[in-house]
Amino acid sequence: MSGKAHIVGDHIDTDVIIPAGRLNDPRPEVLAKHCMENLEPNWVDRVSPGDVLVAGVNFGCGSSREHAPIAIKACGISAVIARNFARIFFRNSINIGLPIFECPEAVDATDDGDVISFDLSSGTITNETKNQSFQAEPFPEFMLNIVDAGGLVEYTKRKLQTQG
Amino acid sequence: MARPMTITEKILARHSGAEEVAPGQFVNVKPDLVMANDITAPLAIDAFRATGAVKVFDPDKVALVPSHWAPPKDILSAELVYKMRHFAREQGIDGFYELGRGGIEHVILPEEGVVVPGDLVLGADSHTCTYGGVGAFSTGVGSTDLGCALATGETWLRVPESLRFEYNGKLKEYVTGKDLILFTIGQIGCDGARYQAMEFVGDTISSLPMYQRLTMCNMAIEAGGKSGIVPPDDITREYEDGRAKREPVYLESDGEAEYKERYVWDVSEMEPQVAYPFLPSNTKPISEAKGLEVDQVFIGSCTNARFEDLEVAAEIFKGRRVHERLRCIVLPGSDRVWRAAEKAGLLDVFVDSGCSVGPASCGPCLGGHLGVLCEGERCATTSNRNFRGRMGHRDSEAYLVNPFIAAATAVAGHLCRPDDLN
Ligand code: SF4
Repeated sequence: MSGKAHIVGDHIDTDVIIPAGRLNDPRPEVLAKHCMENLEPNWVDRVSPGDVLVAGVNFGCGSSREHAPIAIKACGISAVIARNFARIFFRNSINIGLPIFECPEAVDATDDGDVISFDLSSGTITNETKNQSFQAEPFPEFMLNIVDAGGLVEYTKRKLQTQG
Repeated sequence: MARPMTITEKILARHSGAEEVAPGQFVNVKPDLVMANDITAPLAIDAFRATGAVKVFDPDKVALVPSHWAPPKDILSAELVYKMRHFAREQGIDGFYELGRGGIEHVILPEEGVVVPGDLVLGADSHTCTYGGVGAFSTGVGSTDLGCALATGETWLRVPESLRFEYNGKLKEYVTGKDLILFTIGQIGCDGARYQAMEFVGDTISSLPMYQRLTMCNMAIEAGGKSGIVPPDDITREYEDGRAKREPVYLESDGEAEYKERYVWDVSEMEPQVAYPFLPSNTKPISEAKGLEVDQVFIGSCTNARFEDLEVAAEIFKGRRVHERLRCIVLPGSDRVWRAAEKAGLLDVFVDSGCSVGPASCGPCLGGHLGVLCEGERCATTSNRNFRGRMGHRDSEAYLVNPFIAAATAVAGHLCRPDDLN
């Protein structure tokens, strides 16, 4: 996977990612149109499929709405790299299968528009433009199992099946 | 002998079947209650069905509360509530709280005694942390987590480090739990408690009434906290007496328990606080905020819409009028609160003053319904978030205050204290 970096700041909250007024229609393709509109109207027009969001601290703070990672994923963003994430957003992203990386070094080294590629299983992030590689904080094993299963629903389904 | 533990660790240990747990450990827990609202339940129901499950793990341990679009504001939101109601019926879930017998989830669940001390509660809403006020561990998750918990009756949690916040001193007039938590968030920042459990103690807390404890724990998430908790004491016991629907478990932190950080504050000189846009951590004392003109005042939300919050506001409105330059919206936090406020004459006071009293709904708190702000409008609000666009247009502004300040501001037309009105 690779794509252009879109840089946003610190404490990007869920009301910025997807305003509450848009939550009455939870279809991913509808949420996608409004992603980040509180940061900048029509922000999504700049996103091409595969692009990467690069953020500061506490990304995704605020509400528990899963609509936030869904909107990000549905508008074409392939991964979020941040200094760190708010707790619920972190869980939600893993659960719906949106790749996320905590990696302050990669954030520091990235300029808007740089081409970024990543490998989820190894946690490696590469800034192709600058020819630099970074290692993100690895996931604990059982979380990787959730990601490997394709998200929590699939993981739970398998678990329920084996329990019979 | 188990290792010394905080109250949070003890609750997590009890619900994971372990003798002891330590921060950083991942545990599988069985919640006493799982909850979702009209924004999160519909997606959770989809996730539940996608797991292949047919029956929820235990219908008596599920609460479904339509509070955000209550009553539904359009066809789409009506469909969300419809989906919840039908799911509740299909699954035999009695804990479906329709408007008229419900309200905001975080107001009604402790009030109805459905959440009790010692509980572990998983809620698909970030303000689920509210129930720490009664000495429960409760935390917010997303819809997929909740849907899977509906199927299995369990979830994974990372045992959080605990932060100890000790407040000492007698609070001045017009200073409340809301101000303590706003001050705290101002001190440690919006991520100062990220992934951690906030424990509130000290002699100020020992005499803090339950409704204000719930307010404090409600906003733990605004500091990034996983949970907030006030260890149970006599005030808790009194609150639960005749209310708790299950046997409470009164736990306390061990004296030797480990905390990642300890904060000790003398709050006897503290002023009421105001959080400026666009972060709850942008706090100032009211004396530095005085005079800022507003277009709307909102008294409500899961933070400050319990009976006593309304009582406080009504006291200020008595014999006064809402300033002509603004509208003031009062939404009681639950139908029970609504009825009690009506009986006590509080609603009369609000209406006589020129407030608009509405249903027990989240309303303008989340900017979707019943009092949305347009470009350039400012709102003084007793709710918990002032992020950009939270209450409406991206160029509207929300200022977080306690109910005393909200009511005084509604009368004056600008931010001020009740004693500035004379
Ligand atoms: S009152 Fe506001 S913060 Fe509380 S549950 Fe409703 S929308 Fe969320």
